Parts: sequence; structure tokens; C-alpha cells
Amino acid sequence: MKTIPRSTLLFFGVYLLITIVVQALISLQLLTVFWSKLLLFGAVMAIVSLGLNLIYGFNGQFSLGQWGFYAIGAYAAADVTFRWTQQGSASGLVILLLAVTLAGLAFWGVGWLLRRVPGLDPLSSFALYLAGVILAVMAAVAIGRPLIEPVTSALALLPSNLALQIVFFLAVLLSGVLAAEISYLFGLPVLTLGSDYFGIATLGFTIIVKVLLDNSDTILGFEEMKGARGMIGIPQATTWLWVTIFLLVILVATRNLLHSSHGRAIISVREDELAAKAMGIDVASQKILTFVIGSLYAGLAGALYAHINGFLHPNTFNFIKSFDPMIIVVFGGLGSVSGTVVVSFIWILVLEGFLRQWLPEGFENWRFVVYPLLLIIMMLLRPSGLMGGFELPYLRQILPPLRKNVKAESTAEAQGD
Amino acid sequence: MEKSSKISALYERAIRERWIGKGFLALIAVLAVGYIGFNAKESPSLFFQQLINGLQIGFVYALVALGYTMVYGIVRLINFAHGDVFMVGAFISFFAIDRFELHIWPSKVFPAIHPNLSLLIGTLTTILMTMVFCALMAMTIERFAYKPLRTAPRISALITAIGVSFFLEYFGALPFVFTPNFITYKGPFPTTSWYIKGGIYKLESGVAPPDGSVIFSNILIIIVVTSLILLSILQFIVRRTKIGKAMRATAFDKPTARLMGINVDGVISVTFAIGAALAGAGGILYATAYRQVVFLMGIMPGLKAFISAVLGGIGSIPGALVGALILGQAEVLSAGYISTPMRDAVAFTILILVLLVRPTGIFGEPEREKA
Repeated sequence: MKTIPRSTLLFFGVYLLITIVVQALISLQLLTVFWSKLLLFGAVMAIVSLGLNLIYGFNGQFSLGQWGFYAIGAYAAADVTFRWTQQGSASGLVILLLAVTLAGLAFWGVGWLLRRVPGLDPLSSFALYLAGVILAVMAAVAIGRPLIEPVTSALALLPSNLALQIVFFLAVLLSGVLAAEISYLFGLPVLTLGSDYFGIATLGFTIIVKVLLDNSDTILGFEEMKGARGMIGIPQATTWLWVTIFLLVILVATRNLLHSSHGRAIISVREDELAAKAMGIDVASQKILTFVIGSLYAGLAGALYAHINGFLHPNTFNFIKSFDPMIIVVFGGLGSVSGTVVVSFIWILVLEGFLRQWLPEGFENWRFVVYPLLLIIMMLLRPSGLMGGFELPYLRQILPPLRKNVKAESTAEAQGD
Repeated sequence: MEKSSKISALYERAIRERWIGKGFLALIAVLAVGYIGFNAKESPSLFFQQLINGLQIGFVYALVALGYTMVYGIVRLINFAHGDVFMVGAFISFFAIDRFELHIWPSKVFPAIHPNLSLLIGTLTTILMTMVFCALMAMTIERFAYKPLRTAPRISALITAIGVSFFLEYFGALPFVFTPNFITYKGPFPTTSWYIKGGIYKLESGVAPPDGSVIFSNILIIIVVTSLILLSILQFIVRRTKIGKAMRATAFDKPTARLMGINVDGVISVTFAIGAALAGAGGILYATAYRQVVFLMGIMPGLKAFISAVLGGIGSIPGALVGALILGQAEVLSAGYISTPMRDAVAFTILILVLLVRPTGIFGEPEREKA
């Protein structure tokens, strides 16, 4: 029998212990609602930031679009559960499930076609994929409509709490997949851009999503999202248990991804694209793979976030907020999974919790003055992040976490200028 | 046999010349033009009114876009804080005018002076002072935040720029610095409006203009004239002076420029200063036109100006002007005919499309492919 390494046991043991302790504190009502919600926020933030760390920290693609995918996940999941609890209809679930599946099939089909056409430019392939997705969504609506009634009655047979949990779980998963699919569609052309142009284009994506959410009831046609007035009446289904399960699965998935040959390829793209290409790595597909996985995390996190407070407002998804995960990733260390998780919790608990509770009024104005300064000082003095080299043994990659000689690359770049 | 080879040649040409992508863009363009054209036919005066509004905002964007285009051309940094320099410019001029009445200082010092002359001199002083302040601020930022990162990866510098941007915004939002609130910008001079309907007539205050007329104000004229003057000065500096030559050389090839005895750091500093001065002037014009200042006002115009710079071709001064004018029109037309918040979405869609189709912009020269 294969023995399990000590680091693995330690990791899962500590994780389980923390989960149980926090759950006990919540169940015994030793934590106020405020603090238990902050813990949920912390876990959600950790998931978003892990996605961004994959994209930026491990793959080197500077993305500000994470918050846009987070918003998509949040609103999609909220719509599904809202329709279930408030309107008693599984229409959101059925349509989303079909749309996500058919769009996935469309991606696969168009991708199969495009592989037969070598040398097609990104914009043309984007147009073809877009056409495929639009057809798939139309088909999903057409097929889904007669299925709504039977699914609703079938779900209604279950105990109401169980049905809600099932709908919630599926909504979270499907919203994550939806965000991932949108990121695939968006990333295909945009990932061909250079590093900082990619950052601006993804920032544009976040702004576009926010504007669309502001007009979700008029332009998108979702009455229940109520546009800029904010969506209410979402069931508060996110619990500490759900959040820790998702976080654990994502941690393990990230760790295993990074340990696989795909993970090595992803990291090699960050280190040196040209060398990676020379080693036979398909740089473009590694970039898109990472981007899609990162956005999947963002979608899942958004879906969990939507069910914490039961209230969503487009201002939460303002692009200024999209710098939060970026700052967390930078502080936690580019390419450090444990650093990201720790800093996410610290970020939420300290910024939203302690500072707000303990420091006098008027400090709120100062915190946005202090943390940009910290960010600048960080970038100047310690660009590898606060916990740059630190990683729990279980999560540690075999590769070095960050390239040491940043200087060499920049001089090469300066010469290329 | 003959036919199939013809088809395959056509097919290869279609792939090579990106027919599908171009068709897709053409479809978007036709839909947009058709939609706007249909609406414009319904109410031509509204359409022309939008064009005039677009001209006004376009020239402001042009001033801000120049800073982006010059800085990006030289240090390859998207200077996120540039939009906030614009905001600082607006605030500085607000305090100069509101608290210290700098815009009429000659008539305070020499009471005999003609009020209009006093206003002219005072306004120019205000603009100059704001420009100098912004230039000094940008040089300080460059010295302390960007210069140490000159050899670091580009993204580190971008993150630092984002940090500087936040710092300027929220430091400005502190109650004793600027203010976190929206404040009304008095502006140095009163607005006078005219309307065009078969001729140009002055619009009396409190009187509604007749239906189907197009209104424009002295603010529009001032914005256009000021922008054109500043642009000409800049074009002169870059094309005809020694420092301009040094800037172009630095943008072209930094190590070689250094070998030729050019003080590259000094040139970069001057570039930041010039860009910031223009942004400060843009801030005054923007605040004069829209009569409102707030600490977050710089973000969106800054980003839009960056889009203009990319659209026109980064590194090109005429390109920045043309890009800004196009973007201004696109913005007002989408605000007018789709919905007001959609203008941001449209602007960024334009950015993404430009980057995909022609990353060098309208006037940009094809860049040498970098490893």
C-alpha cells in the first residue's frame, strides 16, 4: 500500500481542524453574524484571487478581468436561485444548464472545424465562435422551454430545503462554467495581445460587464436583476460548509494542476515564452487554458458571493474593485497559493473587520491612501510579494516559485526596444 | 480540376486576408451606421448637436491622450495616474478660481484695467499655474515611483502606476486635501450660448431655444482653440527643438540614444512633465465644460484618452488628436442613441477591436516584432 506523505496528511488535517473550529464557533453563535459573513467573504476572495494568481502569478498574463467574471458568476447564479425561490420555477436552472452544455458543444464543434483551417486569424475565429455560441443559446432556449415544467415539478417533489441546496449547488457550478465559457470566447482573440494591452482589454471587459449589469433589466432583458437598483431576494444559501468545500476542492485542483505537466507548461510560459515555444509547448493554448480555469474560479466565487447577503448591486462589480484581487495576489506573492489564501483572509478580516470596528471614524478615508502606498513600496522593495517564497509543503511546486534574476530579462527587453 | 483549384485558391485567399473577421467587423459597422443614420434622419438637429458635443469632449480627450501617447512611446508604460493628474489640474484651478480669484487678479492689483483684459490675463495665469503644478507633480511621481522600476518588468511598473493612481484619488478625497464630494466648478468665465437655425443667434438666458436648432457655447470655441494652440506648441517642441529631437531619439532606441550623449532620464522626466501639463489644461477645460469636479473624475476620461491614443496610433501626436475626435464622436453617438452608460462599453469595445485588427492604430507605424 502506498503511504500518504506527511505533508498531505498535515494539510488536510489542519484544513479539517480549521473548518470544524470555525463551524463550531458559528453554530454555537460565538461569532456574530458580521464576523461569520466576513469569513465567508474571505474564502470567496481567496477563490477569486487564486484564479487571478493562476492567470497572472503562474502564467504571467496580467488580467484585470477577474472581477468581470466574478460579476457574471454572481448574477447568473443569483438569477437561477431567485427564480427557484421567488417564482417557484426551475426555468433559470434548465435554460442555464442547456445553454452551458450546448455552448460547450458549440465550442467543441467550431474548434474541431477550425483545426482543419490552419492559419485563421483570431478575429475570424472569434466571429465563428460567437456565431456558434449565439446559435447554441437560441437552441437552448428553444429546447429548454418545454422542459421547464417537468423539471420544476420533479424538484418540487423533494423536501424544499434539499431542493434549494441542489439548485444552489448546480447554480454555482453552472455559473462557474458560464464564466469560463465567456472567458474562452473573450480570451481567444484578446490573449494574443501583448502583456499590458491585455491588461487594459480585460479592464475594458470588466467595465463592459458592469455597464451591462447596470442596464440588466432594460438591455439584457432580465427583469428580476433590476439593473442599477440592485437585485434583492436571493436566498442566503452560502454557508461556511459550502464555502470550505469549494475552497478545498479548488486548492487541491490548483495544486494538482500545477504539479501536472500542464502546470509546468503554464509556468514555463511565464518564465520565457520563446523558450517555452522552443521546448514544444503550445503557448497559446496554455494561456487560454489558464485564463479559462482562472475565470472558472472567479465565476464560482461570484456565485458563492451572491448568496452570502442575498443582495447584489452592480456597484460591487465596479472596476475599481477589480484591483482588489490584483493587490491580494501581489501582496501574497506571485505564484504562491498559500500566500494568496492567507492574504485574502487577512485582507477581508483586517480591512473590512478590524479596521472598521476598532479604529475611529474617518479612518476609512485613510485606508485607500495607505494601501496604494503599501502597494507602491512593495513593488519598489519586494516585488515577489510579502510571502513570496513561502508555500505550504503540500502545495509547494517542484519549480522555483518566482524567477530570481528579474534584471536579466529587463535588460534583454530594453535591448529589444 | 480547373474549378476546384480556383476554389481552393479563393479559399486560401479568404483565410489569408481574414475575410470572415472583416465581414464580422463590416456587419457591426453597417448595423451601427444604419441605426444611427435611421435615427439621424428622424431628427437631424439632435444628430448635429451630438456631433458638436462630441467635438467638445474629443478635444479634451486629445489633450489627455497626448500624455499617454508620449509616455508610452518612450517608456512603454501605461501611465494610469495620468487621468488623476487631469483631476488634480481641475481641482487646482477650482481652488485658484474659487478661493483666490486668480482669474481676475489683474483687476485687483490694477483696478483701472479693463475687466475683459483682466479676465483674459487672469485665466491664462490660472491655466499656466495649473500646468506648471501638474508638471512638477508628474516629475515627482516619475522620480520616486517609476524611475526605480525602469529596469523591472513592464507589469510591475503598470501596477505601480495603478497604485499611484489610487493614491492620488484617495489622497485627494481626504477632507483637508480636496474633498470627497462633488463640487460645482464655477469656471473663470460665464457661458454664452448661440443657436443655429437658418443663421446664428445669441441664446438669451432663461429662453428655450426653438425646436430643431443646434446650440453651441463659447466653451466649445475656447476648448477647440486652446487645444489646437497647445497641440501646435507640442508639435513644434517635438519636431523643431533639441529636446524634441532627444525625445524622438529616446523613443526610438533608448540604449543608442544614451550612447549618443542624450540624458535619457532627463528626457523621460521632461516627457512626463509635458504630458502632465497638457492633462492639467485638459482638466480645466473639462471642468469648465461640465461644471463639476470630484476626486474620481479622472478615471474614465483618462481611460478614454488612452483608448484615443491607441486608436490614433500610440506615439503619434496627430494620431492622438484624430483618435480622440473619433472617440468623442463614438461616445456621444452611443450615449445619444443607445443609452448614456453604454458609452463606456462602446469605448472599450472600440479599444478591443482596434487592438485586434490594427494594434498600431490609425497613424502608428508597424512596430518591429519583439521577442
